[in-house]
Amino acid sequence: MAEAHPVGFQWVMEAKSRGAKVIHVDPRFTRTSAHADTFVPLRVGTDIAFLGGVINYVLQNELDFREYVVAYTNAPTIVSEQFRDTDDLDGLFSGFDPETRTYETASWQYDSQENDGAQREDHEMQRETASALQHETHGLSIDSEVRRDETLQHPNCVYQVLKRHFARYTPEMVALTCGVSEEDFLEVCKAWTENSGRERTTALVYSVGWTQHSVGVQYIRTGAILQLLLGNLGRPGGGIMALRGHASIQGSTDIPTLFNILPGYLPMPNAEQHTTLQEWVDAVRHPGAKGFWANAGAYGVNLLKAYWGDAATSENDFCFDYVPKITGDHGTYRTVLDMIDGKVKGYFLLGQNPAVGSAHGRAQRLGMANLDWLVVRDLFEIESATFWKNSPEVETGEIVPEECRTEVFLMPAASHVEKEGTFTQTQRVLQWREKAVEPPGDCRSELWFFYHLGRMVRERLAASTEEKDRPIQDLAWDYPVHGEHDEPSADAVLREINGYEIATGRPLSLFTEMKDDGSTLGGCWIYTGVYKDGVNQAARRKSRHEQDYVAAEWGWAWPANRRILYNRASADPDGKPWSDRKAYIWWDPDAGESGEWTGQDVPDFERTKPPSYRPPEGADGVAGIAGDDPFIMQGDGKGSLYVPQGLIDGPLPTHYEPVESPFRNPLYGQQANPTRKEYERDENRMNPSPPEEHSEVFPYVFTTSRLTEHHTAGGMSRYVEHLAELQPEMFVEVSPALAAQVGLEHNGWCHVVTARSAVEGRVHITDRLRPLRVEGRTVHQVWLPYHWGSGGIVTGDSANDLFGISLDPNVLIQESKVGTCDVRPGRRPRGQAMRDLVADHSARAGVASGAYPLVVTTGPGAASGGKSDGDPTPDPSSGETT
Amino acid sequence: MSRSFLGWPVLRQLRGSDPLGRGPAVRSKATESLAPRTATADRVARSVCPYCAVGCGQRVFVKDEKVVQIEGDQDSPISRGRLCPKGSASKNLVTSDLRQTTVRYRRPYGTEWEDLDLPTAMEMIADRLVKARNDTWQELDEKDRRVRRTLGVASLGGATLDNEENYLIKKLFTAMGAIQIENQARI
Repeated sequence: MAEAHPVGFQWVMEAKSRGAKVIHVDPRFTRTSAHADTFVPLRVGTDIAFLGGVINYVLQNELDFREYVVAYTNAPTIVSEQFRDTDDLDGLFSGFDPETRTYETASWQYDSQENDGAQREDHEMQRETASALQHETHGLSIDSEVRRDETLQHPNCVYQVLKRHFARYTPEMVALTCGVSEEDFLEVCKAWTENSGRERTTALVYSVGWTQHSVGVQYIRTGAILQLLLGNLGRPGGGIMALRGHASIQGSTDIPTLFNILPGYLPMPNAEQHTTLQEWVDAVRHPGAKGFWANAGAYGVNLLKAYWGDAATSENDFCFDYVPKITGDHGTYRTVLDMIDGKVKGYFLLGQNPAVGSAHGRAQRLGMANLDWLVVRDLFEIESATFWKNSPEVETGEIVPEECRTEVFLMPAASHVEKEGTFTQTQRVLQWREKAVEPPGDCRSELWFFYHLGRMVRERLAASTEEKDRPIQDLAWDYPVHGEHDEPSADAVLREINGYEIATGRPLSLFTEMKDDGSTLGGCWIYTGVYKDGVNQAARRKSRHEQDYVAAEWGWAWPANRRILYNRASADPDGKPWSDRKAYIWWDPDAGESGEWTGQDVPDFERTKPPSYRPPEGADGVAGIAGDDPFIMQGDGKGSLYVPQGLIDGPLPTHYEPVESPFRNPLYGQQANPTRKEYERDENRMNPSPPEEHSEVFPYVFTTSRLTEHHTAGGMSRYVEHLAELQPEMFVEVSPALAAQVGLEHNGWCHVVTARSAVEGRVHITDRLRPLRVEGRTVHQVWLPYHWGSGGIVTGDSANDLFGISLDPNVLIQESKVGTCDVRPGRRPRGQAMRDLVADHSARAGVASGAYPLVVTTGPGAASGGKSDGDPTPDPSSGETT
Repeated sequence: MSRSFLGWPVLRQLRGSDPLGRGPAVRSKATESLAPRTATADRVARSVCPYCAVGCGQRVFVKDEKVVQIEGDQDSPISRGRLCPKGSASKNLVTSDLRQTTVRYRRPYGTEWEDLDLPTAMEMIADRLVKARNDTWQELDEKDRRVRRTLGVASLGGATLDNEENYLIKKLFTAMGAIQIENQARI
């Protein structure tokens, strides 16, 4: 955090100065470790084993915040008797189908709901469409009262299931798996539990390298389980803080440029299940289910009205039919492989540099070299715009400029000071930026580019009589423009995002004002309120000196300007603060007509629903949520320790080894995530891991992260003089022990090899990386920054070239924080010799020519499960690479 | 000569009331006439750092329609006026001579960039987008399900852009039937 989010880290230092204990768990000693009270190095990719160990410590010693757990989580809920755990099935849950490598989930459901929940689940389709991203916000759908045992003694209640599941994550097992000493581990357990409960809260902060694992979603789930058990959610000083890495990456998830969702986490409809508006809406709101998603009809209709304006009427289902349908995986990696196969004609890159920033850079560049046209919009001449003239593949002869047909437009972009608009930062706070100056030359904002591109496309299709052009002709695309360049009004777009009453133009103040009859429109329901009272709330800049620490009048947080989500949980079931120290939101029986929720934040609860409220028999939607159910987006109002629906790889987190690991999974026969998404293609070879042979060809573990002085793929830092000077060169960081073993010299050269590529860098020998003892032997970890490429003031090899493409099944994010590698002294070879080096390693590791490591390594599917799942598409470049 | 000799800062430092040389001893007429760029700016824009997701407040100082300084915003409850090395370098980012300010075009099989004016480039891109969509239009998929889409056009990016921009990108592409619209949040 001190490295990649230095200014955010001031709050950790502030807490430390007030007595907080800071623990840093990381493979490498960083600036964060230097300021921490305790630094715990661990083996990359073993976080579930580590946190699972802490959970086990909590459960074995009954250190959970029992009142919170019983009242606010699903710990008492009884799970189906048919459920079988990874403990019983050697690392698989019940319902596994080795053919599709997915689960049939009836046995995962709550008792007596085996068919209700599971019938909504088609895991093969859900994996393809990354549907967990929707589930994350849509919550569980629970139709009826669930059976609960508030004594937590029933053998199948979630609490007991959890206890059995994590029982084998003992301190000894943690030490064996993670390479952490039992002493260090127990110190973390003690610190975490002693600082949690009624009087104290502990925060869990992760950076989004956590998501870049084949079990990334379950990493975060493990953190959520622990924080729920300790009562650290919905309370001040607690929570799970994801430190995201780009100025508006939260915003680009909320108002997504993502294939599987529409604004406000509404699903992109799929051709199988969402053929009508009603089917689509019902898939989100689940008729009969409890919670705030019951109003999904209004959210969906308002979006359609915002898109198609007057053309969207109740008679035509508000033009729902105009929305294109997804049928499977249309994610960025699938798309890049489709480019290699010649299926994609045109590609837009908008402030993104996949030639350096995405996993498997070679596949990215080979894909771009096989397009009809590419539009790159950026501040500088980045590598993704120049792959045809100076990429590593030009050097190896795989891309020949005179034979590469891709037409490239490099369009200069406006910077953040040359346009106005909102960023949504990592705590969901929208902040409006004022425009300082006009952009230079031909530089233009994305708003300008897309508005005018849309206008020109509409002109071209204005006279068309084809049905397929109707959605473009009917599109509401009438934004006011101003200035010399006809810049569209960002303010007008924000007003549309907020939503308004169509007849009067009055901005809506809250999403509850959205109607499903077509009388209101709004482009993103969770952002409704950013224009409350006709005021741009994101532009508020009331000084921190003039308000309290919550700072509710600085910018605007979605939803409804709430700064802590689920803050009803900061009060006990009766509505009183858990303690004076941790008072945040509470029930004031004397406020209003008959009592109101009040406190320092906007209550995340219906303001006048008393703690004593119990839903009437059969109540659904918001009325179905009781007065002491804080998790209002969940179907049962409870925090989910156990997740019966929505996750592809299991209802509980389980330690699986990374896809590439030098070690056999010490906990189960199942080696790695059995449900992960793989693309078994010749250009996407994965290094072998046990139980496969030859993993010793790639004996070391490597990971990557950021330097303070650079930013992701370098497009905004390698071209900046000050930053280029501060960190001028690509390097590879190794321990003295590994340097001695391989024969590396400090400041000399070395190169790192995988089955995809080899990259070189200066050798940096430090004590910041320590060899760890794992499963009785020493493992060396190698660290690389991933900022470099062939462009900019300082150049170097791209670390992301080393990774293959292997994805988390829930969200289709790649495993690019851990892999295995070889390390060799000296510079890497050039030209064809470079491909020969990679081919030689692949051949020795047994992964050349169509051999793919086993995915299923236990049970009846072990013999064939993985190998039958290949991608049949031939690799057009295989001739040169084998 | 003697007067100018006695005026040397080091002698003023040793002889005067400022032995550490941090006050009057090191000031000159030229010093007195200096003013910070933040004081002489024509205006200040309230902005936000464009790098990571912390969202540090920035004040962008403008003189003669040029950015002359970018500083942390002391009022921000998020950053309290601080900026990291990247945020501190953001004036360099936006005023860099290396910035691309004209359209560059590489024709198929070309070996060098060529110049292209912006309106022409926009017309060419619009033509290509419409053609790619037409050429790859799918009314039904291989299982005869109605999909009305194109798999011939893809887009990547958005995490460094504004919410308003992402909104228009998704809106336009959805209306065109382009679904392979992704950004860094998937990566």
